[in-house]
Amino acid sequence: MENLLNIFVKSIFIENMIFAYFLGMCSYLAVSKTVKTSFGLGIAVVFVLSITVPVNYLLENYILKEGALSWLGEGFEDINLSFLSFIMFIAVIASMVQLVEMIVEKFAPALYTSLGIFLPLIAVNCAILGGSLFMQERAYANIGEAAVFGFGSGVGWLLAIVGIAAIREKIRYSDVPAPLRGLGITFIITGLMGIAFMSFMGIQL
Amino acid sequence: MKALRNYIDKIKPHFEKGGKYEKLQSTFEAFETLLFVPNTTNKNGVHVRDAMDMKRTMATVVIALIPALLFGIWNAGYQHFLATGQQPDFWPMVGHGFLKVFPILVVSYVTGLTIEFIFAQIRGHEVNEGFLVTGMLIPLVLPVDIPLWMVFVATAFAVIIGKEVFGGTGMNIWNPALLARAFLFFAYPAYMSGDTIWISGLSQGEGIVDGFSGATALGAAVTTGDIDKYSFIDSFLGFIPGSIGETSTLAILIGAAILIYTGVGSWRIMLSVFVGGFLMALGFNAIGSTPLMQIPAWHHLVLGGFAFGAVFMATDPVSATRTNKGKYIYGFLIGVLSIMIRVFNPAYPEGVMLAILLMNTFAPLIDHFIVESNIRRRLKRASITA
Repeated sequence: MENLLNIFVKSIFIENMIFAYFLGMCSYLAVSKTVKTSFGLGIAVVFVLSITVPVNYLLENYILKEGALSWLGEGFEDINLSFLSFIMFIAVIASMVQLVEMIVEKFAPALYTSLGIFLPLIAVNCAILGGSLFMQERAYANIGEAAVFGFGSGVGWLLAIVGIAAIREKIRYSDVPAPLRGLGITFIITGLMGIAFMSFMGIQL
Repeated sequence: MKALRNYIDKIKPHFEKGGKYEKLQSTFEAFETLLFVPNTTNKNGVHVRDAMDMKRTMATVVIALIPALLFGIWNAGYQHFLATGQQPDFWPMVGHGFLKVFPILVVSYVTGLTIEFIFAQIRGHEVNEGFLVTGMLIPLVLPVDIPLWMVFVATAFAVIIGKEVFGGTGMNIWNPALLARAFLFFAYPAYMSGDTIWISGLSQGEGIVDGFSGATALGAAVTTGDIDKYSFIDSFLGFIPGSIGETSTLAILIGAAILIYTGVGSWRIMLSVFVGGFLMALGFNAIGSTPLMQIPAWHHLVLGGFAFGAVFMATDPVSATRTNKGKYIYGFLIGVLSIMIRVFNPAYPEGVMLAILLMNTFAPLIDHFIVESNIRRRLKRASITA
């Protein structure tokens, strides 16, 4: 239990997808104009991450990894399918995103239109694939840990995008120098938020 | 006085539109309003004027900072002579501290104000007084032995990246003085943490008494597990090594009284920072598995930059939350996070500045949700009558 809590806290604050790895920046920069839409996108990312990471964990451990197919019987022990992991992970992610898209279109049409192209683009959001690849690299002990890690990473991403959206709403009437307006100032804000998040770097859990 | 007024009136036309020095208008204006009350009056429309304008507000904060500054100057000398084993009188201590602290103050003010004036000329806005406070805060949160060029770099970073790119005074998201400190902390960690930097002369290896350690109370607790290096009363009065202005909780409390009495600083934020920090420290006392967790809760509040951050940094009206309910949440979380970073993060025992920067980041979000919930509550109350 304590172990799960550590993974959760770590994935939100210490190994935050945005501020520690700068993953998933495209939609983070493009959709963070208002808190409402960024909250919607954040929830979608949380949903996709917390489903795809455990599903990919199963794929990894029962199909792709070296020796993972041994449950099929004798003669399968030395098969290594890990060269397929990228394509398998992406396939899972793409199908999950399709599902999310249908759900959002059905139940929140306003959000669907305001997210526009960025909702299907979650499929190629680096944070999502990054979540699965980190799961592979860090070799979590069981599916519970993988699920908690996926959920935590999503929450960390949500926190980051909602935080910057609130800041961007606040500076809408600020007298930002003309060349920096829009993306320029957003990059600066992201960097400064990264400094603030460095308070968690080096915490040993 | 009269002659000065006449002189200013004489050169004034040069700075107005179409004059010889039109480009320097805002510089001229800044000096004129510094010396005299502006004599322009509004021609149309109704304007509510308060005597508490920005110049007055900023001056109040600077006055509130003076006890901490004076104590810091004395303490710099006191710690230096303690380390070298001498016992001089009051004035040599002040003299030594003054020679150490004053250059930092000058560099910070000159750098910051120069940048402010340049930006004001180029961008054509008035020179704002915001830097008067920032320029005072930056030296107070730095260790006394900091090289002056670092003060310059940090101040330039804080003013340009922390403030001017957002549009100048009143528009920044993070407290510029804290950004300056965080910038130095991450860029030149060797000069911002350790055992030798907090006392003047120690990093140059001046004759130190054998067995003397210049570590701050928190630094000592992390490295050697010694939590009783300084007694509570010493920490409260400020006879401990640390950043220039942060050591004396007493001097800071005098400043806090000035800020609260004049209404410039928010008592809600100060109170909730202390409450949050105290409760969190009590919680850690109950666990008590590491030396830092065993520091008594009331002792935590007078160590490191906690009191200084709570009184002068967290209450910065620009980077804090604006709503009253938000101020309680914001302050409480600063207190909790400060103690948490202090205890959990062995790299940053002086984690108060990072906790405040982190909550600066989320202050707009807290405000957003409070305003949203207000709107929702009032919408419920409203009834549509056909």
